[in-house]
Amino acid sequence: MDFTLTPEQESFRDEVRRWLATHMRQEWVARLRQGSDIPRPEAYEMLRRWQRQMFEAGFVGLTWPKEAGGRGLTFMEEMILQQEMALSKAPPVLNILAIGMAGPTIIAYGTDEQKKRYPPRMLSCEEIWCQGYSEPNAGSDLASLQTRAEKDGEHYVINGQKVWTSLAHIADWMMLLARTDPAAPKHKGITYFLLDMKSPGVTVKPLKQLTGDAEFNEVYFDNVRVHESQILGGLNNGWAVGLTTLMYERLALGFGLQVRLRIALDGLVDMARATKKNGIPATQDPVMRQKLAQLWIDTEVFKYTGARAITKLLKGELPGPEASAGKMMWVEGHQRVQELAMEIQGAFSQLTHGSQWAVADGLWQHTFLRSRANSIEGGTTEIQRNIIGERVLGLPKG
Amino acid sequence: MNFGFNDEQELLRSTARKFFENECASDTVRRLMETPEGITPELWKKMAEQGWLGLVYPEAYDGMGLGLVDLVVLMEEMGRAVVPGPFFSAVILGGLAILEAGSEAQKKEWLPRIGAGDTRVALAWMEPSAQLGPAGVTLTAAEKGGRYTLSGVKLFVSDAHTADALVVAARTKAGAGADGISLFLLPRGTAGLQVSLLPTMDQTRKLCEVTCADVTVGADALLGAANGGWAPLARVLDRATVALCAEMCGGAQKVLDMTVEYAKIRQAFGRPIGSYQGVKHRAADMLVDVENSKSITYYAAWALDEGASEAPLAVSMAKAYVSDAFRRVAAAGIQLHGGIGFTWEHDLHLYFKRAKGSEFTFGDATHHRERVAQLVNL
Repeated sequence: MDFTLTPEQESFRDEVRRWLATHMRQEWVARLRQGSDIPRPEAYEMLRRWQRQMFEAGFVGLTWPKEAGGRGLTFMEEMILQQEMALSKAPPVLNILAIGMAGPTIIAYGTDEQKKRYPPRMLSCEEIWCQGYSEPNAGSDLASLQTRAEKDGEHYVINGQKVWTSLAHIADWMMLLARTDPAAPKHKGITYFLLDMKSPGVTVKPLKQLTGDAEFNEVYFDNVRVHESQILGGLNNGWAVGLTTLMYERLALGFGLQVRLRIALDGLVDMARATKKNGIPATQDPVMRQKLAQLWIDTEVFKYTGARAITKLLKGELPGPEASAGKMMWVEGHQRVQELAMEIQGAFSQLTHGSQWAVADGLWQHTFLRSRANSIEGGTTEIQRNIIGERVLGLPKG
Repeated sequence: MNFGFNDEQELLRSTARKFFENECASDTVRRLMETPEGITPELWKKMAEQGWLGLVYPEAYDGMGLGLVDLVVLMEEMGRAVVPGPFFSAVILGGLAILEAGSEAQKKEWLPRIGAGDTRVALAWMEPSAQLGPAGVTLTAAEKGGRYTLSGVKLFVSDAHTADALVVAARTKAGAGADGISLFLLPRGTAGLQVSLLPTMDQTRKLCEVTCADVTVGADALLGAANGGWAPLARVLDRATVALCAEMCGGAQKVLDMTVEYAKIRQAFGRPIGSYQGVKHRAADMLVDVENSKSITYYAAWALDEGASEAPLAVSMAKAYVSDAFRRVAAAGIQLHGGIGFTWEHDLHLYFKRAKGSEFTFGDATHHRERVAQLVNL
């Protein structure tokens, strides 16, 4: 057991630290200082430029092979990068669905042509990706999806609907799961397509969330034609390919989530210091201190449980179901950060953007509302518990 | 960075697991916990032969010279088997007090004998106020002509009734701070030293009340320097806290294992109860509690071994987290077993009671959260 960095890892950390110190987006940090996160829709263009800058400095796709445009480093370097980003409150990577999911899946299953064509433009943010998985009647039970893809010569014709599709309104490409064999058992008749979002027949409709923003969308397919060369991982093999994506999703999220939780907690502590309750700063109130300290502990615990998972990874074990535990912990921790922010603000928590009385111009109100989605998106907490129960503990399926 | 155990540590784990399965199975635990001693000389001797009683003592004192990370492995296995007896009190508390505070001569005199299983020393530091900081030490040791007279009461002293000597924390200078606390090493039978065994909820832990009724000793009874006892005592308590957390991790893992096994075979409404989400989801929460407990405990052990500046913070994070987690896991274990989990016959209550006792040993979660708040400057 050894938590110290090797000289190589230290020099990588210093490289990241130096770069972040000189290239940080000050407008982001200044606004973030008042809250725990920034509504994505107000920042897309800035985030696109930010990812481009990070890419040019060589900090996107660290673990990807060099031929795919990555640096061929280990998850250890990825963790170092993420920790440094947390410490400096750096903005996130916009094209996260490509970097975390589509890219690794294409690298794992793609043809040479596909591997050459897609991954490099993901890293540079030239092409943004979205994930066409969930449907109105297929969420947790994803294999029940009904979007059809029917063969017509060398093409497939797509009809159906996806929903909760983050970034679809700015995306160039979609990871699309569609049913190619309606007669087969539900897991066996699904195919994974790489779909050009500019194809005729694709309609994207913003879906207004309870925050008032529209981060995600409904996507409709009306006789959308896709060439068969756009299939990833073989006809009717989409379930296996899609699961790979999800495995990478939880892994990628695991790194990123830890960063966001740390940033949120630091924001909460700053806000608590500046907020008086009964005439004293909230951080001096014994009950608030207990709650803040517990969140501090949980955030650190989350980090070390993540580090144990990385040790397993570096020993050559694949990312497994323990990523589900990481996702659950993040959700629970982040929702409590946001709840505590409201509790500390007390009566002021009712006021939002536009009121001179609102704390930090209502940033916390936004992130508080947004956090309700955490336990639903990327696999609900109930599904994560099923995965842990069945695949880690070996309990029988219901 | 490497967050795994090495081959020697894995070997220690498998050896210890087999040892306690053979030598300290549930029927033995139950027999021992009914006795005042909580241990037999035979079992103690066998543990000494494994080298475990001197595991963390330097080789200069005939120990194995291993670190806290190694001890964590052994403690997890002892917690798993809910081993009764004085390992914690004698090897960790008493022995480490001598190692941290004692003179070279005292270390040479006592540590090899503790490691060999020939003698046992207990540590008496808490008092009826149950205050954890230096202010909690109010037992006085008044000096007159180079002799000290100790007066006061110590409480929650593990295994004082079977110890050959006691390390007693006393005030040699008035005040409530860390300065002026001295440690005394008092052999059993010292005039005025009274020990009585207290009935405890967790019968595998033997707690005592120790009264010093004008115990008069010479300066040679001082363990280390006069007035400088708090700093070494605090170092002992940080180490002991992490060892305790490891023992709790082992217990929690065992409760989870028992519960998962039971949920796979116990049928209700025609299928195993583990297939119901009401059971499965609570088991998943137990796993998260167990895994997180291990992560923070391992980290704290490593930080202490390295002498890292964040070690005290890591210790308090661990004790705060594990105190709550083991209590939750043990309670969930009983709940998911249903009626059988509430019986005396089932082993679950041994773990449930161990969780409760451990929760308040060296400070509960509330205490350590406040310490975290202070250490991170909230």
